[in-house]
Amino acid sequence: MDSSQFFGIASIAYILAMITYIAYLAFRKPTIGIVASALTVTGFAAHTAAFFIRWKEFYEIGKMGILRAIPLTNLYESLIFFVWCLILGYLVIEWKYKNRSFGAFVTPVAGMALAFIDISGMDKNIHPLIPALQSNWLLAHVTMSFISYATFAISFSTALMYLAVTSEERKSGGYIFWTVTLGLFVSILVAMGVDYLTFKVVGHSTGSLVKSHLFKATFRSSSVFVALLSYVGMAGLCFLVWRYGYLMSRLITSFALSKETLDELTYKSIAIGFPVFTLGGLIFGAIWADQAWGKYWTWDPKETWSLITWFVYAFYLHARFLRGWRGTKIAIVAVVGFFSTIFTYLGVNLLLSGLHSYGGM
Amino acid sequence: MDNEKTAQSVGLIDRVWKFFSSITLAVVVFALISLTSIIGTIIEQGAEPQRNIKLLAKFVGPSAAPKAFQIVDALGFTDMYHSWWFVTMLFVFATNLIVCSLERLPGRLKVARERVKPLTPEQFPKMPIRREVVLKDNPDKVRGAVEAALKKAGFTAEATEGEQGLQLFAERGRYGRLGVYVTHLSILIIMIGAVAGIFFGFNASLNLLEGTASGVAYRPGGKEIPLSFLVRCDDFSVSFYEGSDTPKSYRSVLTVMENGKDVLTKEIEVNEPLKYKGITFYQSSYGFSPTKDSLFRFSITSAAGSKSDVQLKFGESFAIPGTSVMGKIADFSPALGMDDQGRLFTYADMMQNPAVFVEFSEGGAARKSQWILTRIPETWKTPYGTIEFKDLWGAQYTGLQVRKDPGVWLVYLGCLIMAIGLYAAFFMGHSRVWVLLRGEKNTTKVTVAAAASKGRAALEEKIEKVMKSLGQ
Repeated sequence: MDSSQFFGIASIAYILAMITYIAYLAFRKPTIGIVASALTVTGFAAHTAAFFIRWKEFYEIGKMGILRAIPLTNLYESLIFFVWCLILGYLVIEWKYKNRSFGAFVTPVAGMALAFIDISGMDKNIHPLIPALQSNWLLAHVTMSFISYATFAISFSTALMYLAVTSEERKSGGYIFWTVTLGLFVSILVAMGVDYLTFKVVGHSTGSLVKSHLFKATFRSSSVFVALLSYVGMAGLCFLVWRYGYLMSRLITSFALSKETLDELTYKSIAIGFPVFTLGGLIFGAIWADQAWGKYWTWDPKETWSLITWFVYAFYLHARFLRGWRGTKIAIVAVVGFFSTIFTYLGVNLLLSGLHSYGGM
Repeated sequence: MDNEKTAQSVGLIDRVWKFFSSITLAVVVFALISLTSIIGTIIEQGAEPQRNIKLLAKFVGPSAAPKAFQIVDALGFTDMYHSWWFVTMLFVFATNLIVCSLERLPGRLKVARERVKPLTPEQFPKMPIRREVVLKDNPDKVRGAVEAALKKAGFTAEATEGEQGLQLFAERGRYGRLGVYVTHLSILIIMIGAVAGIFFGFNASLNLLEGTASGVAYRPGGKEIPLSFLVRCDDFSVSFYEGSDTPKSYRSVLTVMENGKDVLTKEIEVNEPLKYKGITFYQSSYGFSPTKDSLFRFSITSAAGSKSDVQLKFGESFAIPGTSVMGKIADFSPALGMDDQGRLFTYADMMQNPAVFVEFSEGGAARKSQWILTRIPETWKTPYGTIEFKDLWGAQYTGLQVRKDPGVWLVYLGCLIMAIGLYAAFFMGHSRVWVLLRGEKNTTKVTVAAAASKGRAALEEKIEKVMKSLGQ
């Protein structure tokens, strides 16, 4: 069996787990919860196997050191690793906090991401490494960056849930913030989904410039009507989330996820993600750049955005410890931090140009 | 009068100090650096004006774009990270960091220096973690067991005899409380390293054609920088992944010359630079620019089995040993490809698939001629022997990044200190444990209290283990 079959098993297991987690929330039967966990663990095991098989495949094709053959050199591989870190983080939380309700939120993300990778027609082929990437620093720099991205993703979702739990008053700032954020987030995901579908149907050569194609089917459509409709749709979605967001607040509250737990989870994820990001993303990146190009810092867009992300999380930590920020304010900072993270990861590669261009599609 | 003046100047210093110690300033500078940096990632830095005019046209329309570019350029956004105002912001950030840290450091240092003390009876119940157990033994015997259990958990206990009974106390990771300041210090060290690099070092580039040498490198603006020695490129080569034009590696053989003598030869590639006298040469790019003097290098194995190497210029001829056949170099392509109809053409302007067209003749009479390609061994075979086209030497140049940075070791040191500081700040909590032993007849009441500045759950687990090992 090759790696793609294992990835297939993982996707299916995650999607089944998602359905089971939702059933668990609906019926509250411990047995269903155990089945859901078992499915997630199965998916995770297949995912892990797939990752290492791909590593081996890469090693056999590239014929270079095993440490240099880590399959983390393009968007496809990085998304898969990101999902892997996310599931690992979730399993740790489930085990530590003995609470399964969070799974209903994480497994859909994992299943959708893997399915999205599949339908998007992203380039899945193994490409040999260009000379700049042939370094042992690749392993440390890239894995640590993605581990921190995954922890930031967890802090993002717990912070959003925190806001959902604590603000039920529709006119309050916190409520508006989380509902609009969620609305925008979902709209952008849907728009990207539409992009990829049209991209496939129209049949541009796969792997061609997504850079010039992003949002062309919706917000940046050549037809003013379609573009306008997309914005109206986005506004409508935000309104819907805003109007019915309290239902979600109640749902989360009923999961026995207290706001204290959510706040603690947000902080703990950042407390792990921040040092890992600093060391692996910024410091190891700088050392590698110094050895490859003779410049440890060039203000390349990826570096600059990493620094911005770092600033936001540094702000989170200082606001929390020096100013004693708690509650809505600090949760908003965590959410903003993840937007910056997402842009560092995807936006820079899809929209801007620079030295890290190999992360694109 | 004089007194007033001093009071005023003290007031001024105080006010400046206060200004730089404010967290509001930190937030404002953070925000400004971030926001302007975002603009800097959108506007292409140090690029041709035309590219940014095109970009701006998307925002303000094509007619206003040139004007917008002028404004953006005048404000320094086209080379933003080196503009005076951006550098000023970085310095304000550094000053803010120093002042803020200095303000809070003495208090923290005091806390970090203070060793753990025995607790008073009133303090015991106030500790966040508390456990109690009664053991069947006298305090002296229990003491050994408690000390051993604490030792296992990583605590070396001291003891004191008080009116409440025997108290054991211990602590770990006291200096973890300073992690934040160590991290701040590391940022400053990195910034000092960067400044040292800017003032006492340089970043330059150098293109060296195979066989040529240079004693200077060039700054981005074109300014020459003398190197105090010569560096020569002996050879440059690219290897490709099989069956593709993706480069697998590119490498240059460089020789350093001083006083007319070769002193050092090294093969460099990406991620493997050459260092000499504080100057580092990085392989960064390559290019193709053939001259009349470029040499075609062949390795010939005649039908009889004798081997010989030849090198010659374009248009020249060579003899194949053991025969009367002559080969003449009549055509060359750096990247020979074949189109759908089977016609040959040159598909790239780099040496991706070098090919040479050799016209053979014998005693003046033309023989069959053929293309010989470096990367395709089948084309080396001729009726007169195997002719391997090894290289067109003196036609490729190596693109080197030349750097001198006396501050880089400070940057590395700062990185190391930052790693230590972050570890201390996030993973090293200051934890303290107190154990009170009170004898009652033949039993001993053991009261355990503990507190952690970080990682309370982890400490609680440790205490749980201590209790368990005492219970047995």
